Amino acid sequence: MTILRGRTVVPGIVEGEALVSHETISGWGGIDPATGTITERRHELHGVCFTGKILVFPGAKGSSGWSAFFQSTRLLGTAPLGMIFTVMTTKAALGAVVTRVPALSDLDRDPVEVIRTGDQLRLDADHGLVEIVSVP
Amino acid sequence: MILTDDEKAMRDGTDGPAVAAAMDLLIRYGDALGAQRLCDTRNVAGTSTQPSPVKAKLVAEGGWNKAFAVLNLDCDDVVEIPDMRVPTCQLQQGFGPDSVGVVPYPREFVELQTDAEAFYGKRGVNILATCTPYQVGNLPVRGEHCAWMESSAVVYCNSVLGARTNCEGGTSTGAASLTGKIPCWGNHLPENRFGTHLIEVDTGVRDFLDWGMLGYFAGGLVQDERPVITGEFSHPDLVDLKHFGAAAASSGGVELYHLPGITPEAPTVEAAFGGHAPESVHYGLRERREIYETLNDQGRSTDVDFVLLGCPHASIDQIRDAARALDGKRLHSGTQLWIMAPRALKAVADRSGYTAVIEAAGAKLLADSCPAMSRVAPPGTRVFATDSAKQAHYLPAILGIEAWFGSLEDCVDAAVTGRWRGGLR
Repeated sequence: MTILRGRTVVPGIVEGEALVSHETISGWGGIDPATGTITERRHELHGVCFTGKILVFPGAKGSSGWSAFFQSTRLLGTAPLGMIFTVMTTKAALGAVVTRVPALSDLDRDPVEVIRTGDQLRLDADHGLVEIVSVP
Repeated sequence: MILTDDEKAMRDGTDGPAVAAAMDLLIRYGDALGAQRLCDTRNVAGTSTQPSPVKAKLVAEGGWNKAFAVLNLDCDDVVEIPDMRVPTCQLQQGFGPDSVGVVPYPREFVELQTDAEAFYGKRGVNILATCTPYQVGNLPVRGEHCAWMESSAVVYCNSVLGARTNCEGGTSTGAASLTGKIPCWGNHLPENRFGTHLIEVDTGVRDFLDWGMLGYFAGGLVQDERPVITGEFSHPDLVDLKHFGAAAASSGGVELYHLPGITPEAPTVEAAFGGHAPESVHYGLRERREIYETLNDQGRSTDVDFVLLGCPHASIDQIRDAARALDGKRLHSGTQLWIMAPRALKAVADRSGYTAVIEAAGAKLLADSCPAMSRVAPPGTRVFATDSAKQAHYLPAILGIEAWFGSLEDCVDAAVTGRWRGGLR
């Protein structure tokens, strides 16, 4: 079983399916909080819903509205189940905090390369661990 | 994170529940970042008064104290919001009462925002109502620790002014305004302010349009790192760097760049990098053409319904330039032209006679907002044109419309003829 080790951004433990983005994600102007989908036209996940998925992505880009848009996904019930990201920024850190989902960063391997969409993950952000439980 | 005694006291409720909630958010956020400590700030700028369906629901449930608690502190309780502890301004927002009948912005949002301004203003939030606070009264000094939102303002604050801010959010700026604290991480630390990439401009950076394209190129190249730009280019002014930074913060997440010999922390290339420069990436006519085509790959129909100028909010000189370009002309019957500006500069434009010239052509000079923030455009808009790389980047996704990007002259031509005839010259 593959295990990655990282640093806790937001504590908590969840199990669920991975949704992997190889491109950075915009919050404001890049997602629709009402539906939990990625709306940026040129994005590889354009039109894909992240609700209930463990979102694995390189990092946040664009507007400072990033955290507010992800906070809105929590308030509207469309939030991702967890977050795993490669590059730490204020947008991603604050976004994870106010989305209040378990989150990890600074992993020992690049999560975007190791994890694939559809993999079943156990994200233990209390101990900084992510296990790939099974692959589709 | 190591907390000082005054920070621990705030956390423990000495200054009331709202300040305690603010400190709780700052601790969660600082821990998430891996920050060692907080730093003091006396300059906070956030987009606090912006209407949204979520905000309307929260106000209906628990009033403005509830909305502030949730959206500006990430706190679930209704807490009494005290006066701002440190100087705080708000930024761009939706449209105000003078927009009713002028732009199709929902009346309930106009009312919600008017109520918000009263609530926030009463507690000491300066209602600047612009994405460019540095144009209208909030001009930090070099080295000043700030807590700012708005990516285009953050990159201007760090790079052009040499002040220090990360790209904050609605909750972290709310928490900073009630505590005078923000995580001392990232751009607040001198060792994180050196350049990471060197871009050498071979040729082709001459004007406002070019600075936006170079910024879009730089952001795409470095993502959220720190480009240093050297080479052959015209000496930039405020509007060039406003466009450059906004574009770099749209195609990437650039929060800080250096122009050796021009921006304050980079007297030389060595100073910009704190040592040796890396191998350079060149920007010349080929890259310029590619960026122009990228920014224009969201346009198909050349029938333009809507032209948007002033993103980030126009300077008074940009308003005058637009007035001169429109002077004596008349907009095409099926096309609208909006110029977005800070309200304080709209007052200057009114007084200088520019607004009258703009309105005589059938165009509008509007304050407070923009189509991206308000999510409104003229009814039936399918194709828009703009001189802003940032707006060309975002608006197609936000409003589901096609975009053309070009010069002020190309945009005014589109507004007058109803056709996009722009091109790279």
